[in-house]
Parts: sequence; C-alpha cells; structure tokens
Amino acid sequence: MGKAAEIDIISVSKIYGTTTAVDTISLKIPAGTYCCLLGPSGCGKTSTLRMIAGHETISSGDIRLGNTVVTDFPPAKRGTAMMFQSYALFPHLDLIDNVGFSLKMKGVAKDERRAKALTMLKLMQMEGYATRRPAQLSGGQQQRVALARALITDPEALLLDEPLSALDPFLKIRMRAELKKLQTSLGITFVHVTHSQEEAMALADLIVVMNDGRIEQAAHPRTVFERPATAFVARFMGEHNVISGRVTKSAKDVVTFDIPGGISLSAAGKAEVGASIDLGIRTDRVRISDKSAAGFGFTGIVSNVEYRGASVKLSVTGAGIDDFTVIISDQAFFEKPVSVGEAIPLAWDSNDATILGRLDS
Amino acid sequence: MATAAADNGLTISSNKSGKPAAKTRRGLTSPIVSYLQAMPLVLILGLFLLLPILTIAMVSFWDYDSVRIYPDFVTFNYTETLGSWVTWKIYLNTFKFTVIVWLLTMFIGFWVAYFLAFHIRSTTMQIVLFLVCTVPFLTSNIIRMISWVPFLGRNGLINSSLIQLGIVPKPLEFLLFSEFAVVLAMVHLYTLFMVTPIFNTLMRIDRSLVEAARDAGASGFQILTNVIIPLAKPGIAIGSIFVVTLVMGDFITVRFMSGGQSASVGLMMSNQISLLQYPAAAANAVILLIVVLLIVAAILRVVDIRKEL
Repeated sequence: MGKAAEIDIISVSKIYGTTTAVDTISLKIPAGTYCCLLGPSGCGKTSTLRMIAGHETISSGDIRLGNTVVTDFPPAKRGTAMMFQSYALFPHLDLIDNVGFSLKMKGVAKDERRAKALTMLKLMQMEGYATRRPAQLSGGQQQRVALARALITDPEALLLDEPLSALDPFLKIRMRAELKKLQTSLGITFVHVTHSQEEAMALADLIVVMNDGRIEQAAHPRTVFERPATAFVARFMGEHNVISGRVTKSAKDVVTFDIPGGISLSAAGKAEVGASIDLGIRTDRVRISDKSAAGFGFTGIVSNVEYRGASVKLSVTGAGIDDFTVIISDQAFFEKPVSVGEAIPLAWDSNDATILGRLDS
Repeated sequence: MATAAADNGLTISSNKSGKPAAKTRRGLTSPIVSYLQAMPLVLILGLFLLLPILTIAMVSFWDYDSVRIYPDFVTFNYTETLGSWVTWKIYLNTFKFTVIVWLLTMFIGFWVAYFLAFHIRSTTMQIVLFLVCTVPFLTSNIIRMISWVPFLGRNGLINSSLIQLGIVPKPLEFLLFSEFAVVLAMVHLYTLFMVTPIFNTLMRIDRSLVEAARDAGASGFQILTNVIIPLAKPGIAIGSIFVVTLVMGDFITVRFMSGGQSASVGLMMSNQISLLQYPAAAANAVILLIVVLLIVAAILRVVDIRKEL
C-alpha cells in the first residue's frame, strides 16, 4: 500500500494553561517502525500522539512527517490516520459508510467509495457485516472496522490511541497479534499508545517510555528491558529490584555504595564518590546462594512466598532493603524450599546489576 | 410502564408458585398486588386523559340549540364542520402558523443548543446558560405575550426608535396585531421546547466522533451535516412534536397577538364554546386531535426517537 514515513518530533512541548503535559521532547521514529509510547496515565503519551495526529495544537517545537513539516497542518493533510480509543465509529452509519466516510468527505462518487470501502472491509475480513451498524458488532469487530476506516485514507503512519484497552484479556492478545501482522504486511509506521508494558514488549520495534511529560528512554524493547536507563524505567518495566544508595568508593570500573541504614553493594560502572545512585537488579537472575562476590549479594529474611506455577516469587527483607523480589524456577525452589521468616543468602552476577541513570541530574 | 410493572409482578409470582414451599399467602395475593401497583397510573390516565377524551367524543355526536345541548346521536356536527370552507381556511391558516413557527424554532433552537453543547466548555457554564434560557418561563405566557405590546405597538419602542432615527416616516403597522406578531410571540414562547431536547441529544454525542470526522478530512460544515445533525435527529423530532402540538392547539396567542384579525382551530373552538355550541366545539376538537396525532405519527415514522426515551 502506501509508503511509510519517518516521524521526527523536534523539541515539542504541550502546555495547558499552567500545566506542562509534554516537556520539550525530541524523538525520531524511523519509517516502517512499530513504535509504542509507554507510560502511566498522565505522562503525556496521548498528548504526544494527538499532536502527531493534529488533534492537539503544538505549544512549541515542530513535527516532521517524511519530508514535510506538518506542525500547522490539519489532521487530514498530514498523511496520518488515527484510531481512537473507543474506536469512535459513527453509530448512525453502516460499516460501508463508516469505512468510506473520508472518501465521502473528499467527494468521491458513491459507487466508487462503496466499492473501495468493501475492499477494505474484505481486507479486515468484515465484508459479511457490511450493512450492519457498529452497535451490532463485538469489540474486536469494531476494532477491525476502525482499522479499515483509518487505513482507507492510505496513510503513511497509523496512530493508535490505546487500541486494545476496550477489549477483554483474551481478545486483547488476539487483536495484538493481528495488529502486528497488519503492520508487518503494510509496512507503514505505527505509533501505538499504551500503558501496558507487556503490550509494548510484544508489539514494538521501538519502545518510548514516558514519564511526567518527558521521555525516559527510547530504545528497542530488549534494550529497555535489559538496560533500563532510569529507575523509573526499571520500575515501570517490572521484574527489576531498584535499590538506591550513596557512592563510597569508585575504582577500576567498580562502584561501591552504601544503602541508608544498611549494607553496602557494588556494581560495574563509574560514578563520583558521594553521588546518589540507583541500581537495578533483575529479579529472575538472583540466586539463593552464599557463594557471592563481595558486594553482589546480601542475606535477608523471607517475608512472603508466592507460587506461580513455573516459578516462585520470594519477597525478601534485608538491612535497608524493604522489599526485594526474587523469582526462582519452581524446580530450584522445591529442591531446596524456604519458608517465611527464614534467613537466606542471595547472590547475583555483576552483569545482572545495572547502574540506572537519573534523568534530572 | 404500567404493563411492564404488572408483567414483572406476574412473572415473579409464577416463579414463586412453581415451588411448593413458596405457595403461601404472598404467592396467592401477588397478582392482586401487581394490579394494585399499576392502579395509580391507570386511575390518573383514566380519569384525566381517557375519560375527558371519551366525553368529548360523546358530546361531539349530541344535538344543540342556542340554549342547551341534547343527548343524541347526530353526525351533523362533523358534516357541518368539514363541509364549511371556513373550517378549511382556518385549518390552512393554522398549518401555516405551524410550519413557519416549526421552521423558525427548529432553526433557532438547534443553534442555541449547538452553541450550548459544543462551544461552552465548562459544564457549570452550560447549566447556568441553560437556566438563563428558562428564566422567561417563570412568568405566565400571557404576561410574556403582553410584554411585547409596549415594544411592538404603534407608539412602541421599535416604532418610536425607527422614526427618531429617520428610518421610517410613519409607524410600521404590521408589528403588532398581525400575523407577524403571532409568529413572533409563538417563536418566543416555544423555542425552548426545541432547545431542550436537541441540547439533550447533542450532549450525548461522543466528542471523539467529531475528531474522527475531522481526522477523515471533514470540514466544519461536513461534520455538521454528516455527523451532528444525523445524530441530533431524535432530539429535533421530540422538539418538533412539542412545538407542532402546541401551535396546532393554540388560541390565546393567535387571538391576542393578531388582535382578532387571524384565526386558528383553537380560536374557532373557543368561539364556539362562548356561543354555547359545545357539540360543534367537541367535533372540532376530535378532528384536531386526529390531525395532530397523524402529524406526530408522521414524525415518528421519519425519526426513531426510542433511544432518547
């Protein structure tokens, strides 16, 4: 179908009255990328998407699509199409007229637009419902119609505002796969807003983690998960323990730091003595073992044990560490079970602990 | 509503009586209970709607002379009414008022509602402005009508201003006691009946539909004609039913604002009543009722208002 366009966001801000929803973000989304804007509610991800779409004015900065600066363009002139959170299908029109709406607005003759709309519905396997109204469809079917309506304009980029949030968990996973397949086959740029890190990991080529109107990290899902840039990213992506402390020693690429009221730990990296530091440790890479290198483990008391089938989740409390999560395989756990109240030694490898940056320092 | 409640009561009772243990006093009396529950509405509708209509229908077949009416079964009240060209002229005149007032209230009402629903951002302000619209309704409609007199009269505000400004040499006569005045007063009295239901439907339109339309390249006018007006149809229909029934039955506005120079069906009936021709007025009322019901049925055929109820 259409050609994909690169989206370039250049120091864009969105200010509502006195609150800053989006704070001078810059982002380059390569052509044909499946990009997920990820973050908690109120982080500015939807405002960013709506600015790309043209449904929100840009307070400052510019947005470029392909070779055109579209900052002041109306939505339909940008070559983007938006799929709305609740799908926003027109309740008074049947599916053909819903899908052919933009063609009608352009003044395309009735027969031609109906034929084209039917082709789009066929692509989404919805042609059997062509004469129905949106209210007669299930959530997944409505989503397909919304996709058909967005894609009929032959956009260079498709913008999706929490497209899966209205679906039940089972359908969510199925529609997720369909979205990914569609993006691969069309080859156009998708920008997808979500607050589910699982969804973002499953779909994206590029995850943009946002918080408080700023971008915390924009990278491939694997990088975001394995090397979270900030404490916020590590916490938001989950499956990381985040420990804060103050650096006491830094030598030969190894930093040693004290946790307030507790032990001291080490990590590979560089930092100034006296600086505060956040360390991210993968929960699934922690072992129950007393064979730990100095600074790469501690002994704590088990406060909770949760059986999860393939794995067991232990919550451990140590000196200065309130809640440290350890995920071990069920096999390892049942070979040597531990119970609540027991003191256990924990250890991890130096490359499973990442020093997390601070965005505002 | 009444039948629904009764049905509900009955199904509950049949469920209960299905179980032997539940075959108690309560299970046996519950059909009576549900009839009792439906009774207040039946009584109100029966006494205040059905009975008067039946009485009017009955009296319309009675005989009368200049002093009294006689129970009878004659049809000349109808044949006389329908056979007179005066009736047809008056009906035509009433339809004329109805169509003009309907079009004007629909136009004004839609835009007022549109402004309130789409251009006023805060809900508080919407409520405040809506209440402002209803303020005139705190006075009786006779007073609202009379208050036009010092404004429109021969030496009224408009005429004296126009003369002072030198726009017209002598007072405009058509302003008061004319069909213009009748239409003006009716539009003034009835526009709110159009605003309220349209405002109600407009408020229910999902704002993302407007955005979706804009995303599809629709201009402001296209959004209006392709999205907002189609979705506002039920409200427009309900408002139209209000306005049409009110204007069709009006007699006081026509009598007062036309200064007796124009006539409506309601005015014709009112005159017949003052001449003690009750059966003739009753026949007229039955005809009017049928005509209005036909118009309402026609409106309901065009627009499905069920979603709004």
